[in-house]
Amino acid sequence: MLAATDTTELALRSVRYRSALLRAINHAGAGHTGGSLSCIDILNVLYSRVLNVSPQNWASPNRDRYVQSKGHSVEALYVVLAERGFFPPEQLATLCHYQSHFVGHPTRYIPGIEMNTGALGHGLPIAVGMAIAGKLDAAPYRVFTLLGDGELAEGSNWEAAMLAAHYELSQLTAIIDYNTLQITGRTSDVCDNSPIDEKFAAFGWEVHSVDGHDLAALAKLLSAPAHGAAPRCVIAHTTKGKGVSFMEDVAKWHHGVPSAAEFETALAELAAAERALLGDAE
Amino acid sequence: MSAPAPSMFTPAALAQAERLGLRMGWPNLEVFADTLLELAERDRNVLAVTSDSRGSGKLGPFGQKLPRQIVEVGIAEQNLVGVAAGLGSCGKRVFAVSPGCFLTARALEQIKNDVCYSNIPVTVVGISAGVSYGALGSTHHSLHDLAALRAIHNIHVVAPADNGETRAAVEWAAALDSPVYLRFGKAPQYHLPEQFGPWRPGRARQWGTGCDVAFVATGETVIHCVLAAGQLESQGVSCRVLSVPTVKPLDTAAILAAGRECAAVVTAEEHSIHGGLGEACASLLMQASVSCALRIIGIPDEETVTGSQADIFRHYGLSMEGLTAAAQRLLVTVGATR
Repeated sequence: MLAATDTTELALRSVRYRSALLRAINHAGAGHTGGSLSCIDILNVLYSRVLNVSPQNWASPNRDRYVQSKGHSVEALYVVLAERGFFPPEQLATLCHYQSHFVGHPTRYIPGIEMNTGALGHGLPIAVGMAIAGKLDAAPYRVFTLLGDGELAEGSNWEAAMLAAHYELSQLTAIIDYNTLQITGRTSDVCDNSPIDEKFAAFGWEVHSVDGHDLAALAKLLSAPAHGAAPRCVIAHTTKGKGVSFMEDVAKWHHGVPSAAEFETALAELAAAERALLGDAE
Repeated sequence: MSAPAPSMFTPAALAQAERLGLRMGWPNLEVFADTLLELAERDRNVLAVTSDSRGSGKLGPFGQKLPRQIVEVGIAEQNLVGVAAGLGSCGKRVFAVSPGCFLTARALEQIKNDVCYSNIPVTVVGISAGVSYGALGSTHHSLHDLAALRAIHNIHVVAPADNGETRAAVEWAAALDSPVYLRFGKAPQYHLPEQFGPWRPGRARQWGTGCDVAFVATGETVIHCVLAAGQLESQGVSCRVLSVPTVKPLDTAAILAAGRECAAVVTAEEHSIHGGLGEACASLLMQASVSCALRIIGIPDEETVTGSQADIFRHYGLSMEGLTAAAQRLLVTVGATR
């Protein structure tokens, strides 16, 4: 279990990531706000506490792999990679601008990004390939991929899920950002994919559920070493738009861009959250 | 099922092949599999990834000799390509092998994004391509693959004509650091005459320097152009034949020279007449302001006739007789008949 100070440090980081990604989206005038806010705590924990990957070991064949299958939440990934030193944060000011490498979905032009994603249902097959390569080489790295819950309607995920169990890829972890919303509305109304846990279990996966905003719980679960032969599915229960009151659990923020007033309100809420955490830390 | 190669040729075509001294070789698919096995025996990073297609891909011996270098994904082409990209991103030299019809339609998005856009050095291998599956019908034909992949950035599109081109292309692809599509049929192939010269990546290979008719062909239609050229030459029509294994990028110099120097250009491909080699040549020639009589011989935009590969080739004029007639008609239209 993380010490309280560690958890506070992580929480502060999450709040600052939220502000940073909102600034990037505001500046770009485009972005996927809701999903970035729902998965930012997961990315924070992965890059702060779990993944053996850094600018220093980026070229190492033994680095851990992270593939963001829900590529539309790239703003969350960009702010984390910037803060972790993969590129200067000021470069994010070019997000979605003419001739910028900071495209609205992940590309390998950006240091720290393994694969170009954006079309849904691609990350898990790629991650399975990476995990098979690691197994063939008896390499020590682990592979993580992050999927949206709406994304699970793509059949390619289930092709890959079947294969991951077949090859006993215990070094593979698929995290579901289970925020229950997609662009049209509630995922259960669009195409009900429940029960996700039973589906992955039936496909031969070891399934865990966790509060996707509980940093300590995420850190404990995701950093736990693999045991057994099954790949792991972590269903992270999250809230779309998490951290900004008027964006929380509202489908329109899937790719909604805040107005100037909404942007200021959002930043003020996050600043208050940061002050509260700093007060806790003192 | 597809008829064996000899039925592909009429007695007259067989006689022409004999006059030209052509020797029958192996199915390109088998040469691909043999070459891949040799490469994989030398480099354990060379992998074959299959979608229940090791038998169709003649990779049975590969699987038996190198079981750790074949990754089976089951009947799941999208997963095949995604997994191949993941393997390739980790330093593996991956050949993703599946029937061309499924691979380049069902998994087109994976080829586009996971392989080409991400620039992962995967060789996508469309086996039993074109109309190799013959009477199994349009579900099993890949007459769109050249067109679809030509429109995707960052992939070489290669359809070898014979065993020599096949071996060279496989060895070249294995050493390349960017995506490749290879396309093979399963019928035995004649060796192209030595006058075609050696394989060079991205280059056309040329037989003859005649200036009446230029045949520009790719894949397993090239040999029919050779036979047609032989027949036309015996009638006093001078010909050249360009074997264009690399449909993208195109050998622009050789094709422009053919357009400039020849009265008529006849293209041939085991593919839709839309978006393949023929239209690539037309686009190239017109944009270079090269004016020549041009005819694209391929599968027209209709429900493909039922029959063996040989039946289909003959039905649409992808034969010595059909190509000879097409060239003669074209020469008439430009007033270049002798």
